[in-house]
Amino acid sequence: MIQLELRPQPSATMAYATPILAVVLTMIFGGLLFALLGKDPLQAIITIFWEPIFGEHSFYYRPQLLVKGAPLVLIAVGLAVGFKAGIWNIGAEGQYIVGAICAAAMGLAFYPTESIFIFPLMVLAGAFGGLVWAMIPGVLKVKFGTNEILVSLMLVYVAEQLLASVSLGLLKNPEGFGFPGSRNLQQYASAHNTEIIANTGMHWGVVAALIAVIFSHVLFTRHRLGFAIRVTGEAPRAARFGGVNPSQIILFCLGMSGVLAGLAGMFEVAGPAGQISIDFNVGYGFTAIIVAFLGRLNPIGIVFASLLMALTYIGGDIAQSQLGLPAAAIQVFQGMLLFFLLALDLLTNYRLRISNVERKS
Amino acid sequence: MTSTLLELSNLTKVYPGVVANDAVCVSISFGEIHAILGENGAGKSTLVKMIYGLIKPDAGTMQMFGDEFAPSDPRTARAAGVGMVFQHFSLFNALTVAENIALGMENPPPMRTLTTRIREVSKSYGLPLSPDRIVGDLSAGEQQRVEIIRCLLQEPKLLIMDEPTSVLTPQEVKILFKTLRKISAEGTAILYISHKLEEIRSLCSAATILRRGKVVGTCVPKITSARDMAELMVGDKLAIPKGNTSPTGTVILSVTSLSVRSSSPFGMELKDITFEVRAGEVLGIGGVAGNGQDELLAVLSGELMCRSSMVNFKNVDVTKLGPEARRQIGILAAPEERLGHASVPGMSLTENAMLTGATREKLSNRGILNWHKTRAFAERIIKDFDVRTPGPENAARSLSGGNLQKFVIGREVLQKPEVLVVNQPTWGVDAAAAADIRQALLDLTASGSALVVISQDLDELMEISDNFAALNEGRLSTPVATQGLDVEKIGLMLGGAHSTEMANV
Amino acid sequence: MDLSAINPILLIAAMIAASTPILLAAIGELVVERAGVLNLGVEGMMITGAVCGFIIAVNTGSPLVGFIAAALGGALLSFLFAFLTQVTLANQVASGLALTLFGLGLSALMGQSYVGIKPPQMVDTQMGFLSDIPIFGPIIFGHNIIIYLGLLIVAGTWATLKFTRAGLVLRAVGENHDAAHALGYKVKRIRTLAILFGGACAGLGGAYISLIRVPQWTEGMTAGVGWIALALVVFASWKPWRVLLGAYLFGGITQVQLNLQAAGVVFPVSSIGITIIIICVIIASWNLIFAKKKSRQYYFWLLFLSIAGVFFTIFFQGATVPFKVEYLAMSPYLMTIIVLVILSADKSRAPGSLGRAFHASQ
Repeated sequence: MIQLELRPQPSATMAYATPILAVVLTMIFGGLLFALLGKDPLQAIITIFWEPIFGEHSFYYRPQLLVKGAPLVLIAVGLAVGFKAGIWNIGAEGQYIVGAICAAAMGLAFYPTESIFIFPLMVLAGAFGGLVWAMIPGVLKVKFGTNEILVSLMLVYVAEQLLASVSLGLLKNPEGFGFPGSRNLQQYASAHNTEIIANTGMHWGVVAALIAVIFSHVLFTRHRLGFAIRVTGEAPRAARFGGVNPSQIILFCLGMSGVLAGLAGMFEVAGPAGQISIDFNVGYGFTAIIVAFLGRLNPIGIVFASLLMALTYIGGDIAQSQLGLPAAAIQVFQGMLLFFLLALDLLTNYRLRISNVERKS
Repeated sequence: MTSTLLELSNLTKVYPGVVANDAVCVSISFGEIHAILGENGAGKSTLVKMIYGLIKPDAGTMQMFGDEFAPSDPRTARAAGVGMVFQHFSLFNALTVAENIALGMENPPPMRTLTTRIREVSKSYGLPLSPDRIVGDLSAGEQQRVEIIRCLLQEPKLLIMDEPTSVLTPQEVKILFKTLRKISAEGTAILYISHKLEEIRSLCSAATILRRGKVVGTCVPKITSARDMAELMVGDKLAIPKGNTSPTGTVILSVTSLSVRSSSPFGMELKDITFEVRAGEVLGIGGVAGNGQDELLAVLSGELMCRSSMVNFKNVDVTKLGPEARRQIGILAAPEERLGHASVPGMSLTENAMLTGATREKLSNRGILNWHKTRAFAERIIKDFDVRTPGPENAARSLSGGNLQKFVIGREVLQKPEVLVVNQPTWGVDAAAAADIRQALLDLTASGSALVVISQDLDELMEISDNFAALNEGRLSTPVATQGLDVEKIGLMLGGAHSTEMANV
Repeated sequence: MDLSAINPILLIAAMIAASTPILLAAIGELVVERAGVLNLGVEGMMITGAVCGFIIAVNTGSPLVGFIAAALGGALLSFLFAFLTQVTLANQVASGLALTLFGLGLSALMGQSYVGIKPPQMVDTQMGFLSDIPIFGPIIFGHNIIIYLGLLIVAGTWATLKFTRAGLVLRAVGENHDAAHALGYKVKRIRTLAILFGGACAGLGGAYISLIRVPQWTEGMTAGVGWIALALVVFASWKPWRVLLGAYLFGGITQVQLNLQAAGVVFPVSSIGITIIIICVIIASWNLIFAKKKSRQYYFWLLFLSIAGVFFTIFFQGATVPFKVEYLAMSPYLMTIIVLVILSADKSRAPGSLGRAFHASQ
C-alpha cells in the first residue's frame, strides 16, 4: 500500500517537474479523448502543438501566440499575486470586460478627434475599470468579511449583462445599421492598439505584460510587500504577528489583479478585438486561472504557461478547421491540465512510500 | 500470572531519523495505576498511541488478558476495553457534551438515556457536568471531564491518561486524583503518562521510565525519591538557571485596566488587567491554558487592538501601534504556537528571520529587502542559540520542536528588546534546550530588558521570575514577589474563587 | 405597464419550480460543507448533470431515467474532486475551480450534437381533486415529482443531521477532523461519501434545468446557478430549512424578473427612494433588536438617508424608465452579493474544519 510522507521541506525539483509531467499526462489523456472522438490522436496532438509554431502556415500563427498570450500573462500575473496570499479573485473575466468597456467608452467619447493623448487615457480608463470592479469584492471583504470568491464571480455575470447592455445601447455604433456592437477602434487611429512591429503580434499589450512580469518578479523577490503577501498566504497568523495588515493585502492583491485584468481588456478591445460586442469576452479570465497554477504562481513560469495555453487555443482552432475537432475539446483539454497539475502537486510536498506492512485484523 | 492485564513486549516504532520506541516492554496489572515517566520526546505518546490503535508498531507484540492484542484502529482498542484521555483534547467545540460523548461510544444509547447516564456517572465520580452545554464554552478542566466521562461510560479495563494535569489548577488536580483512585479501586487499570515526579509519587503504584524511546528503568514511585527518578529520566545533570535579585529599575511597560474581547469565537475575553514591569524584571504569568494567555500576548505584541492608554511603554501610550511599530520602539514577542504563528512552516529560516527582524535589524531599506544581511542574521541565531539544522535555507517545519523554539526565542533575544513577551517558552522542548532558553532569558534581563513570561509550567516560573501573577478566566491577580510563595498559595491564585469551592468537594 | 398579465398564483407556483435547481444543488453542498469540505465545483457538477440527464432522457425517452443518469454524472464528476482533495490533498479552492472549468468544457463537448433537440416531457404528478383546490391547489399540488423529491431531500438531510448517528459523525468530521480521526472515524471515507452526495444533488439540479425548466440543451445553461447555490449555503448558516427559505427567495427573484422581462414593465423611478427607506428601516430595526449597539451617529445617518429617500420619492413621483432586460437579468447575481454582505458578519456557524485538508500524520 502506498503511504504519504510529508517532506521536511518542499522539493524544488518536483516544483519544476510537476508542470512538465502534467503537460505530458494531459497530452496522453487528451490523445485518448481525441481517439474517443474518432480522431487520430497523434495527428491531433501534432496539429495542436506543432502546426502553429513549425507548420506550413506558422508565419501566420506565430504572431497569434503573442496576441493570445499577452492578455493571459497580464491577467494570470495579477491573479497569482492574490492566489499567493490566499485571496481568490476568480472574477477576472468580469474585470476584463469592465476594463474593456471603460477603455472603449473613453476612446469613443473623443471620436473622431485625433490626439496622442487618447490612447494613454484609454489605458488609464481600462485600468480604472478593472480596479473598480475588483475593489467591489475587496472592499466588501475588508468591511464585511464577504467571501471574495462568490462576489467576484457574481460580478462576472453582472459584467456580462453590462456588456450586452452597452453593446446594444450606450456604445452602439450609430452607423452600424442597427447591428449590436460599438464602432471599430481599429479604424480609429488614436485609439488603435497597433502592432509595434508589423506582423509580429507585438502590440502594446505585450509590452504591458512584460512590464507586469518584471514588476511582479521584483515584488516577490526583493520587496517587503511581496514578502508580506507570501507570508499571508502561507500562515495568516504569522503574517499578523509579523506586522502585516490583512486589509491592506486584500485590497492590494484584488486591486492589482483588477488593474491588470482591466488592462488586458483594454488592449484587447483596442487591438485584436477592435470593438465592444456581446461576444467580446472569450474566457481569458478563467483560462488565466489555469495559467497561474501551471506557472506555479511564478511570474516567469506564467509567461511559459501563457504561451502554452495560447498554443492550445491556436492549435485548437486549426484542429477544428482541419480535423473537425470540436472547440469544446480544447476546453476539456485545458481543464484536464489543471487536474493533473493539482494532483501532481502532491509530489512537491509529500513523498510516496510503498510499504509492505500487512494489515492485521 | 493472571493479574497481568496488558503485556507489551519489544514494541518498536521507527520514524525517519528517529527511533520513537525501541523494544519497549511494559506490564500492567489489573487495577493498578502505572506511570509512564519521561521527558518530552522520550516516546511516551507514541507508546500509548500504539496501545490505542492510532499507530501500528513496526515490531513487537501486545497481549491483553493473555490474548494477542493488535488493534487496527481506536474502535478495536475501545472494544477491547481501552479508553484514552488525550493531552490535546479530542473534542468538538461546536457540539454539546452529550453529542461529544456519544461520538466516543460504540453503541450509544438514545440521547435521552445518555444524558441521564452522563449526569449519574459524573456525579458519582465527583466530576459534575451538564450534558446540554456546548463544549467550546467549557473551561479546560471541564473539557477534560467530558473526556474522562466519555471513557468511563464505556467501562474500560484500561484507562490511558496522557499528561492530564498540564491543563489543571492544583485544586483541580486534587479532584482528578480522587477520581482516579476511585476508578482504580473499582478494578480499572490506569496508564498515567507524565513528566511530573511529585504527581507520580503521590498517585502511582508502579512506574516505567522512558528515555529516548528506551525503557531505562522501573520503580515503585512511593518509595523512590524524586531525585532518583529525575536522574533516570533525564540522564545527565542540568544547569539550573539562577534567579536574580529583586529589580529596582524604572517601569518600562505598564498595563492599566486592560479589557478586550478575543478575536476568535471560543477565545477568552480579558478583563481589567493591570500590571507593570521594570527594567531587569521578569514577571511570570501562570495559569491554565485557555484563560487568556494568547489574548494577552496578542494585545502586548500589537496583534489585538485595545482602547487607548491601556498599554504604555515608558509612559507613552502605544495602544495604537501595530506589531511592526512596537518592534521599532523595542517591544518584542514570541508566541506559543511555533509553527504558523511565530514562524511560517514552509519558509526557510532566513525568511523566518525576516519575519520579525526586518525593522530592528535593518534588513529592509525603504521596502527593498536585503537577503544577504538576513541570511547572516539567521546564521547568527543558529550559531548563538545552538539551533541544530543543516543551514538557514532549511524550512522551519523541518526543525524539531525544541530547535525551532530556540530559533524563535533567539530571533527575538538577539534583537535586544526593551520588553520581551514570551508565551510558553519551553513547551515541548527537551530539558537541556529548556535550560538554555531560560538562561538566555535571564541573560537578557541582566542587560536591562523587561520580561513577561507566560507559562503553564509553575516550576519554570518559580525558577526565573521575580514577580508572579496568575491568569484565570481572563483576569490577572495582583503580581506578588516570587520569594515566599508556595504551591498552595499559587494554586489558589490560579484557581480563583471558582476552584477554592471545588477543593472542598 | 401591464402588471395584470402576471397571475400571482401561477407566479408563486412558478417560483417554487424556479427555486428547485438551486435548492437541490445547495442542499447537496450543505452536506459537503458540514463534512468540512468546500467544493466550489457545484457549477461544473450541475452542468454535467444537465447534459448527462438530457442525453440519456433523449435516448431513452424517459425523463426519470435521465434524472438518475444526471445524479450519477454529477457524482462521477465529484469523485474527481474527492480524489484530488482527499487522496492527493490538493487545495480545495483550486480543485473546485478546476472541476467547474472541466465540467463546463466536458458538458459542451458531450452536448454538441444535442443542441436544439426537445427532450421528452416530464408529466406533472396528478393529485386529482387536490390540484383543483383554489389558490393552494396550483401552488402546493400538481408539480412534477422532482420538486417533491427536492423537499424530501431537504427534510431527510435535516433529520439525518439532527437525529441520526451518521449525521452526528458527519458533523463531527466537519467540526474537527483531527479529533474525529483520534476517535477512529474514517475522515476521508466520510468526506468522500458526502462529496458524492453533493455531486449527485448538483447533477439532479442541473438536469432539472435542462429537462424541465428550459427545456433544451445549450452550452453553459446553468448560468451561475451553482455559484448562487454556494452563496445560499452561507446564507442558510449551514441549516437545511434555511436553505429552503433561501432557495425560494432566489427562485422568486429569478421568476419575478423573468415575468417582468416578459411583461415589458416600466420602472417607476420613485421606487428607488422607497427601497432606500425600507432598507434603512430594516437595518435600523435589525440592529436595535439583534445586533450590538451602534453609535448615535450611525442612526443619524440612517435617518438622513431615509429622509433623502422621501425627498427622492416625492421629486420623482410619476417618472418612469422602461426596464432594460439586461438590468433585470443582473438582479439574481446582485441579490446574491447583497445577501452575502448582510450575512457574512456571522461566521460562527461555519463548520470548524471547513476547507482544510486532512492528512493523518502521526
